[in-house]
Amino acid sequence: MAVATRPAPAAAVLEEKEMLISGSEAVAEALTLADIDVVTAYPIRPYDTVMQAIAKKIANGKLVAEYIVAEGEHSQFEIVKHASTVGARVFCGSSGVGWMYAMEAITVTPALRVPMIALVGNRALDDPGAFGVEHNDALSVRDLGWLLCWIDTSQEAFDTTLIAYRVAEDRRIFLPIAISADGAFLTHSQSLTRVPPKEWVDTFLPPYRRGDLLLHPDNPITVAPQVNEDWVIEIRRQNNAATERAYTVIEEAYADFRRIFGRGPENPWFEEYMTEDAEIILMGMGTLSLPVKVAIRKMREDGKKVGLIRLRWFRPFPHEQLTRALRRAKAIGVIDRDYSFGSPFGSGVVATEVRAALYNAEHRPPLIGFICGLGGREVTLEDVYKLTDICYAAAKAGRAERGTYWLGVRE
Amino acid sequence: MAHLICEVVYRGIFQKNLASRITRGIVLSARKAGRWGIAFGRYGDSPQRNGIPAKDFAIVADSKEELEQHMARYEPKELHVTICVDDTLGKGVESWAWYGLQPINRLLLPDGHLLVTSTQSPDDLLKDIHTKDSPYHLWILPGKASFGGLWVYKEDHTEVRILGALAKIAPQFLSIDAVSEAIREAEWGSDLKVDSARKAYERIESRPVRITEGNPETPYAFELPRWWEMREGVTIPSLPIGKPIEGTKGYRPERSTVFKKFSTRTMRPVIDFDTCVKCTLCWLQCPDSCFDVMPDGLYDANMESCCGCGVCEAVCPVHNCITMVNEAAFEDNASQWEMWRRDKDAYKVWLTEKIQDKVHVARSHGFRYRGQYEEELASGSDLGGRPVTEGIPGENAEEKGLPSTVHVHESASIVTGIPEAPGA
Repeated sequence: MAVATRPAPAAAVLEEKEMLISGSEAVAEALTLADIDVVTAYPIRPYDTVMQAIAKKIANGKLVAEYIVAEGEHSQFEIVKHASTVGARVFCGSSGVGWMYAMEAITVTPALRVPMIALVGNRALDDPGAFGVEHNDALSVRDLGWLLCWIDTSQEAFDTTLIAYRVAEDRRIFLPIAISADGAFLTHSQSLTRVPPKEWVDTFLPPYRRGDLLLHPDNPITVAPQVNEDWVIEIRRQNNAATERAYTVIEEAYADFRRIFGRGPENPWFEEYMTEDAEIILMGMGTLSLPVKVAIRKMREDGKKVGLIRLRWFRPFPHEQLTRALRRAKAIGVIDRDYSFGSPFGSGVVATEVRAALYNAEHRPPLIGFICGLGGREVTLEDVYKLTDICYAAAKAGRAERGTYWLGVRE
Repeated sequence: MAHLICEVVYRGIFQKNLASRITRGIVLSARKAGRWGIAFGRYGDSPQRNGIPAKDFAIVADSKEELEQHMARYEPKELHVTICVDDTLGKGVESWAWYGLQPINRLLLPDGHLLVTSTQSPDDLLKDIHTKDSPYHLWILPGKASFGGLWVYKEDHTEVRILGALAKIAPQFLSIDAVSEAIREAEWGSDLKVDSARKAYERIESRPVRITEGNPETPYAFELPRWWEMREGVTIPSLPIGKPIEGTKGYRPERSTVFKKFSTRTMRPVIDFDTCVKCTLCWLQCPDSCFDVMPDGLYDANMESCCGCGVCEAVCPVHNCITMVNEAAFEDNASQWEMWRRDKDAYKVWLTEKIQDKVHVARSHGFRYRGQYEEELASGSDLGGRPVTEGIPGENAEEKGLPSTVHVHESASIVTGIPEAPGA
């Protein structure tokens, strides 16, 4: 059970303000209130909207921070990595192939226990040049020690950014977190978002203290020495222990967030929508929850008991909570905005993970993967109706006819 | 349960900020009555490119739940209002993310509203706007394609005038009082702008458009390939080389069968073939290879390929041989060279009329000489617009240390006598 560690502000005389901002601007608002110290920038769509928003904040005197324009994504991530080791609260991000170009720097970040927050504005990986959302860019750090989460509204973009700093900078964790935001649908659309006063944020988010890991003349240490085979497996084991501890720390952070800001989910791991009595449970990440929820409301009118689980956290993967939530389902449909070529059943990444999570479960309903909405294509209500029908057929037969379906392909 | 879906069709870069201010203003105005809304753009490269048609959207709904079904979309499929802030886009829209030519009124619901900023008459506009299989309302806000909001240019209040007009079109969603309040509170707010919005609200009028009215041409369209029809490896066959024209030394490059450019241009070149010295510079410098070499060695600008950049006019060494003329002055993409060859005297008359038409010669995006913009603004006030006043604070006024509002004494009389808006 989550334990709250911070009290609510004594006198809540200050009020939240409502702003019409995009997901990217919401992140910039949160970064301003979190009072980040160093941010690096290199343009790539859709992430560039975040760096533009931060640049504007700094130019207008709303935020005092070092804004460093790097000559490429790799340098961008190297700069913040080093800034973090000397005690700076840092932010960085990228999209699609930019994220991949930085991969060498991204890979070493978890081992150095650098609690940086990165925003991945999800974008299809080239070629072909495309700006639209696909989740494979962010999923590429799945096995690297990064914590990884997905957001689906401007409000959640704001809230999650603060929560991410709180989790990453917890001394029990000290790991980087990538927040994934769907390109266009979230990064570029403006919706009404509640932004709290700085005092509330200060109550929630303590200053970043690196303690014994601070690179400073008063604390003479070496960061990232050559270690050879003598240390590597131990370092990996340490990182895994920190990742395991993240389950507790994340729940604490959400509990405190609810207490201080008066909103936020009970369950940090995933959002459940109409799942209490659902026969079919659909699953997915990011903004695809919006059309799926609308479709579910319409299907409910026809008496179809369909629900949705939208995963918020992908690393650490909430396998225990998920198997409990999926206990009652007669069939599960996982919608992937990604793919894993040659994987079991030719599935997407999420479907493969959910299948693995269910392996030890007593109740293992048929699970069908759907590849949908790639490259930013819209997930339509018709897509959702179609895949629900496929799930119903599998529920009736007690088994899935095929492991994976591609939806919305011109054929 | 009710919702309002608006689209703003604009020219990339030039009107990017203008369009986003309009859509933001719609959402903020509707919020004054407790509604929820989102503002977003058609995602792609278009907003960043000179003159390329692009779109912004605003959707407001009574509840968050109702709004949800319009979120996570690239563009709405049906609209209540289309706002077109450059009337040359009335010919239809091809965005950079290419779908053929989309009539400007294509997504309008029956009895929907098309609001155009223009100095043309409704009948002139309807020569360009494609026919539609349901009636709709055409509203004209007098004015040129605006630069308002584009960094170095002065505000001309187009965005708030559109909001004022919209309060008349959809009073159940945006009352004029709510619009005024939103303008005042927004970062571009000023009392003067509120007055402009109220004036537009008072003056704007509509004209019903019947299904028989409009440009009867079938808009250009094509089908996207299916997955098994596409070549593997992200390969696209190159265009074959061109052919001689009529067996002569004339040459026409082969052009893409699907990538056409019609409404990507605000201006098009008009050529005086009698004064051309065949120096080849236009042909050489055109970034879109739009010039055909004709059998007599003259150069004919192909209007399916021209995007209206004006490089040809800039490099042409002969005075008035190539002149960029506003696209609104033309109704087809026919060959100028053919017209000239058929009847040289008639062509001369046509050419003289085109390049001397002051309204159309004025560039909507770019100026011929220093001070032209100021002259245009002054003449714009004769058309019913309010003269642009010094000292509008603009975006981020607070941070710039400028006053956040401008008080204009004579404006006081303007706001009196306005009837209470429905739902206000």
